[in-house]
Amino acid sequence: MPLKINNHPYDLPGDPRVSLLDFIRREAGLTGTKKGCDHGQCGACTVIVNGKRINSCLTLAVMHDGDEVTTIEGLGTPTEPSALQQAFVEHDGYQCGYCTPGQICSATAMLDEIAAGMPSDATDDVSGAPTLTDEEIRERMSGNLCRCGAYPNIVAAIREVAGAAS
Amino acid sequence: MSAHLKQDQPDDRNVLDSTAQGIIGEPLTRPDGLLKVTGTATYSAEYDIENCLEGVLVTAPFAKGTVTSIDESSVTDMPGVIAVISDQRMTPRAIQGTAGEAPITGVCKVDYWGQPIALVVAETFEEARNAAKHLVIEYDADDDAVFDPQAVEPKPDDDPTRQGDLASAMSDAAHSVDVEYDTEGHASAAMEPHAAIAEWDGDTLTVHASLQMLNYNISELADAMELEESKVRLIARYVGGGFGSKLGISQEIVAGSVAAMELGRPVRVVMSRQQVFQNVMRRSETTQRLRLAVDSEGKLTAFGHEALVSNLPEEDFVEPVLQSSHFLYAGENRLLESKTARIHLMTAGSVRAPGEAVGMPVLEAAMDELANEVGIDPIKLRLNNIPEEHPATGLPFGSHKLAECLKQGAKAFGWDSGPRKPRQNREGEWWIGTGMASAARVHNVGEAKARVTLQPDGTALIETDMTDIGTGTYTILGQIAGEMVGLPQDSVLTELGDTRFPRGPGSGGSWGAASAGSAVFLACEALREEIADKVGQPVDTLTFKDGVVSWDGGSSSLADVAGDEALAKEGHYEPGDIAEDYTAASFGAFFTEVAVNRWTGETRVRRMTGAFGFGRVLNAKTARSQCLGGMVWCIGSALTESLLFDPTDGHLANCDLAEYHVPVNRDVPELEVIMVEERDPVGSPIQAKGVGELGMCGGAGAIGNAIYNACGARLRSFPMTPDKVLAAMPDD
Ligand code: FES
Ligand code: FES
Repeated sequence: MPLKINNHPYDLPGDPRVSLLDFIRREAGLTGTKKGCDHGQCGACTVIVNGKRINSCLTLAVMHDGDEVTTIEGLGTPTEPSALQQAFVEHDGYQCGYCTPGQICSATAMLDEIAAGMPSDATDDVSGAPTLTDEEIRERMSGNLCRCGAYPNIVAAIREVAGAAS
Repeated sequence: MSAHLKQDQPDDRNVLDSTAQGIIGEPLTRPDGLLKVTGTATYSAEYDIENCLEGVLVTAPFAKGTVTSIDESSVTDMPGVIAVISDQRMTPRAIQGTAGEAPITGVCKVDYWGQPIALVVAETFEEARNAAKHLVIEYDADDDAVFDPQAVEPKPDDDPTRQGDLASAMSDAAHSVDVEYDTEGHASAAMEPHAAIAEWDGDTLTVHASLQMLNYNISELADAMELEESKVRLIARYVGGGFGSKLGISQEIVAGSVAAMELGRPVRVVMSRQQVFQNVMRRSETTQRLRLAVDSEGKLTAFGHEALVSNLPEEDFVEPVLQSSHFLYAGENRLLESKTARIHLMTAGSVRAPGEAVGMPVLEAAMDELANEVGIDPIKLRLNNIPEEHPATGLPFGSHKLAECLKQGAKAFGWDSGPRKPRQNREGEWWIGTGMASAARVHNVGEAKARVTLQPDGTALIETDMTDIGTGTYTILGQIAGEMVGLPQDSVLTELGDTRFPRGPGSGGSWGAASAGSAVFLACEALREEIADKVGQPVDTLTFKDGVVSWDGGSSSLADVAGDEALAKEGHYEPGDIAEDYTAASFGAFFTEVAVNRWTGETRVRRMTGAFGFGRVLNAKTARSQCLGGMVWCIGSALTESLLFDPTDGHLANCDLAEYHVPVNRDVPELEVIMVEERDPVGSPIQAKGVGELGMCGGAGAIGNAIYNACGARLRSFPMTPDKVLAAMPDD
């Protein structure tokens, strides 16, 4: 089975060393997914695989036979941005923009994790459903570094979209 | 036609306050925003260039010595490998900002651990990376490399400032402090690693590179490659953060260019994160001695600030630790002196707010110690000592908002100006405390050119090689032009980051907005003159708004005025003699509340307010973001950021983002930013000054002061990591 990226099928690479990140950027030409460290330390390469967010630099493309990958380009376009993409623009949830696709992919899947009741270190009562406090957002978004320091604006953008959804 | 201004005089016309469009300063969203959030903004390594090869740098596993041989045959038979490049034009070091000439060349001589010594080029990244790992090199390592700045005799930098008699002022004073602090080195750690794609068509070298200052970079690269500047083109439309690390050309740009010219195919070279850490500019560690004394009224009588920093041999750059200490506070007996130790750690260079980033927190911590000594409110101590003029040169300030920032910030934060004693407030296992600090940053401007074209359809196009490194250049230049010629934001297109455009200073030292903005402003003034000519009315009777120019009794659309031909004007701004008559600087104040854990020594910043005066605010949204970013850096440099070099072999032990701790989202609380209204006629013809760095010039000191107020641990060492806090925490 081919690997699907944003609903488009791709044959797996011949070279097994190709990371999913490099495959997305190079073979699929989708350079919206960024490489910040190549070691799972920054979150710039975050994509959504079968509904879950992962660091695409930490996995090989050949391990994703039949998987469905959604990248930033699959979430929205400049003419039809997703609600989160639009909120990042309104709240200036970026500066240089290099961490931004990873932040938005991460936030998109993170909101689903909250909706599914997954607790985090910031959850007071792990047996109950987590509520979307700022502290929950900060904790769950801490795998996505932003050296420009846009964090308060990132939290504001996510808060707005989550608030509108709930 | 061009409009030229060499600014010798203050400009207090405040033209942008009398225009009609009403967008200047407004918090408009960025025109490049939708591209950034949808992954369609293209950064340097991301251009899809046919037939492109991949290069991976090989670096030295020793700190000092000579590479004696590189055995190319050890990898040339490996799959996909095209070449091993170790050409003597390659540069071992990233070049300092505004050098404008070739960096040191020749990679055989090694001066620091991790220095690039060769480039392996292959068809794919995986092949190049694998071959780079297996390249066999032989070398002679010297055994005399020194890594400890305290272990060598330092040399004085510029002439020290000596006024009066510091020693007797100290001994005669009612109150004084004499303290030594140290700060660890920092990395810029911009999120986009350094990257270049070089193409050579047999005549012209075109390089997509992640750079801040193309105007200087083109001279550097042309010189390194022995080409005429007209045969070099640099493109940097989007830059994934710079923070000083991309001021000058770096190793991968020269290596990629050499490879592309040798091999006749495009070559992409992207540094690994580890290579970025090991190669591209550290902020020097510092040791600083502060001697401060006040009279019985709380007026400074002695001001001594001395610093020891380090760099590699032959590097001109010195971390300018004392930069704002020269003018921030009064005190007639002064000594300011800086020395540099030459050691074999990677190049020390610019990292966001060079100088003040480490000088200001230490000065502000010492001021807190002094306020404590005297027993007065730390805000009062600062208000008491704001000088009327530059204490050494006697030059007046164009504008000075420190007092307003201190007052407005304190009010917004809810600062308690009552007596301050540490260890007064405890919540469970957390000590709670507050601290404050002043902010100061020198103001810089540079020569800048920009072209503004009124198109036949009545829209405007701005072209300059200025970069947007996240600072908001695309946004603010469009706002300046829209305001001046009367167009809404979406009728102005801004094109940046290409040396084919009129050239300017680039981004660095917080000078981009004021400099490039002034060039756009001047071009627009010329454009308004020409429009006035065309409609036959005096320019000062015209109103420009929403694409229409109107006057008493008539109006015309800009499209009609332009007719079939575009009207293009170039603005050329040059700093003039004004610096000989005035001092210009940005000021601010930080207030913060922290919690310090009694048992672990962990510090959490609970809230922080920053109040800043940096001249005209060009866009309240992007300017606020710059301040936020600076304050986040304050948290990092106060608590976690520290380059740790192995004392035995000089290698950087924490050369990645897992071990060098930049703040993460949860380290950053809600931050409050107050932008104090200001027009500085000395700053620039648009009355704006720099903002990108001010937000980190002192805030780490506020955090340190809050740690003391919380738990009584007075640390004289940044960052204040849990181990240090615990060791200094008094027993209960
Ligand atoms: S590039 Fe994957 S986590 Fe940094
Ligand atoms: S926007 Fe630059 S790193 Fe986040």
